[in-house]
Amino acid sequence: MMKYIDEFRAGDLARQIAAKIASEAATGRDYHFMEFCGGHTHAISRFGIIDLLPGNVHMIHGPGCPVCVLPIGRVENAIQLAQIPGLILCSYGDMLRIPTANGMSLLKAKAQGADIRMVYSSADAIKIAQENPQRQVVFFAIGFETTTPPTAIAIQQAQALGLNNFTVFCNHVLTPSAISHILQSPEVREFGLVPLDGFIGPAHVSVVIGSQPYEYFAEEFQKPVVIAGFEPLDVMQAILMLIHQINAGCAKVENEFTRAVSPEGNRKAQSLVAEVFELRRTFEWRGLGWVPYSALKIKSCYANFDAEQRFRISTASIADNKACECGAILRGVKRPQDCKIFGTVCTPENPVGSCMVSSEGACAAHYSYGRFRESNRITAQEN
Amino acid sequence: MSAGKVKPGYIRALDLKHGCIEMSHGSGGRAMAQLIQQLFITAFDNEFLRQMNDQACFPSVNGRMVMSTDSHVVTPLFFPGGDIGSLAVHGTINDIAMSGAKPCYLAASFILEEGFPLSDLKRIVDSMAKAAQAAQVPIVTGDTKVVEKGSGDGVFITTTGIGMVPEGIHISGDNARPGDKILVSGTLGDHGIAIMALRENLSFQTSIESDSAALHDLVAAMIAATPGIHVLRDPTRGGLATALNEIAQQSSAGIMIYENELPIQEQVQAACEFIGLDPLYIANEGKLIAICAAQDAEKLLHAMHAHPLGRHARIIGEVIEDAHCFVQMQTRFGGKRIVDWLSGEQLPRIC
Repeated sequence: MMKYIDEFRAGDLARQIAAKIASEAATGRDYHFMEFCGGHTHAISRFGIIDLLPGNVHMIHGPGCPVCVLPIGRVENAIQLAQIPGLILCSYGDMLRIPTANGMSLLKAKAQGADIRMVYSSADAIKIAQENPQRQVVFFAIGFETTTPPTAIAIQQAQALGLNNFTVFCNHVLTPSAISHILQSPEVREFGLVPLDGFIGPAHVSVVIGSQPYEYFAEEFQKPVVIAGFEPLDVMQAILMLIHQINAGCAKVENEFTRAVSPEGNRKAQSLVAEVFELRRTFEWRGLGWVPYSALKIKSCYANFDAEQRFRISTASIADNKACECGAILRGVKRPQDCKIFGTVCTPENPVGSCMVSSEGACAAHYSYGRFRESNRITAQEN
Repeated sequence: MSAGKVKPGYIRALDLKHGCIEMSHGSGGRAMAQLIQQLFITAFDNEFLRQMNDQACFPSVNGRMVMSTDSHVVTPLFFPGGDIGSLAVHGTINDIAMSGAKPCYLAASFILEEGFPLSDLKRIVDSMAKAAQAAQVPIVTGDTKVVEKGSGDGVFITTTGIGMVPEGIHISGDNARPGDKILVSGTLGDHGIAIMALRENLSFQTSIESDSAALHDLVAAMIAATPGIHVLRDPTRGGLATALNEIAQQSSAGIMIYENELPIQEQVQAACEFIGLDPLYIANEGKLIAICAAQDAEKLLHAMHAHPLGRHARIIGEVIEDAHCFVQMQTRFGGKRIVDWLSGEQLPRIC
């Protein structure tokens, strides 16, 4: 296995690509690319990719971190569910630490006695439901297109097994609608506050949905998109491909990740998702606000497995902490270090905003891996 | 009738095969006395324990002494390469040894859960005895408590040790100086991954064994070669990253390590990739970090290579000037990044 990992992390190859990027980007202009996905944000920070890019190539962190974009109201819903006596809430680990408006979190609810289990997959939640037939078990489902098929399978499995104590609190969201929303936002379109020259698209999402869904905004907004894998060499190669396109005046969808992505994606997974889920008319995202047709809900034929139906959940729209810039950071308007409370009030130990919680969040990635750059810069200014 | 052949009274022997811990084993009565005599004293046997006092009495030594204590709550109790018993012995010996001291005596305290099988307890106690014997550090006093079923998790063991620092040795976490070299004694992350591989919800197959080992003998060999070692630390919970951050903080210096130089077994790296963990944060139980002046580094490395527990030792980085006390890493990929304090818990109950 490591053979395949090391191949995509080879330092000498990285330096070759870096040299090509430097020479191709030497056009006197600046390049601003958004890596949509938190996985890319994490890779860029963890491998120090910024150090290999010339000063005129800028990476903007996008909103592709499912933990980060879930609004506070939905987190409060999950806490309310967990506090129902006898109920077991199954959640991915990162969600546990997201703070709500009143400083509550799933982790605190757990400490107060709520039965919250950290799981690694929807299959774990099914197993817990089987082992606890007398108790209600809710799977707190979050994620983009990559985690949606496993949730669909879990729902179908629950049906096949006749599990009447298993439901899913569905918070699955969609990548292309979020990207269009950013491109249509006044900050990008009218005010030019966010210079955006191109996107790096997440390969794992495209393994499922294919590369076609991106054709629309490459065409409509004249922005090139390169779908890339998550190894650092993938990211470097994608940056080079974007610079190529821009220098050539192109705006098309290119696929760096040919080792697994096809234009049409995984039809089987798509039909599975279509069988179980349907589009929500609109869904609230942290940072982006209400985004039309940007999330999925469980179809009425599977209503027995829908926690929103069974527990009559209604979600309040709750504003973020005023000092927290997660919203602007998720839209690419601000950088983590532009936030007043970054690294002072808001740290990975005491996160105020969601971007500081998940390792894929822009703030957590910058705090954990890159904050020495700020202190280097400040020291340089002081001298 | 000769004194040696006194019938041991009308006492029924402990059923070490099928028996379980009962509340009476902690009540101070006959059952407790029997457990201590038949299990602990028999296994740990030494002149201090044989006195049967509530304390061990031994002559004092001249010079500086060190003392350390460590509780062990690892789950599962038995794992490839060791168990909670050997871990409890090695853990405290290593904490003592990281001052450069020669460990002299250990104390062991057991919290047992009602219903815990005596056969498992015997396995653990025998393993402790074997580890203490091999390390030549006797367990000279101890304690046993029993808690109701549900109030513990089988067995928790606390060990305390004292040791003696040789003349002229001054090893401390605040001694790292810019320019110093940083060495590790072997591959990183083996213990944590061995434990993780056994945990129910992280089931994947590896043949990784815990590196649990007593390091005082390696330390003695290192000190003999380089008495001027500045810092020693065993990177247990939180792994290399945490230990280096502690040292940077204590010494008010920065640290730069080189990813290329880090000894990590391929299986450990692969397991970490698979479950999204960073091997720099994974626990070790038989490895140490050494920091010494640059001119001593090669000699020290050589001495480590000559010892079985230091065969895979490497120079992995250096201490630098940095007011922020950051630990940074030059990545294999060519960039730089912070190797930060661990945030939250990576995996609970690893030791």
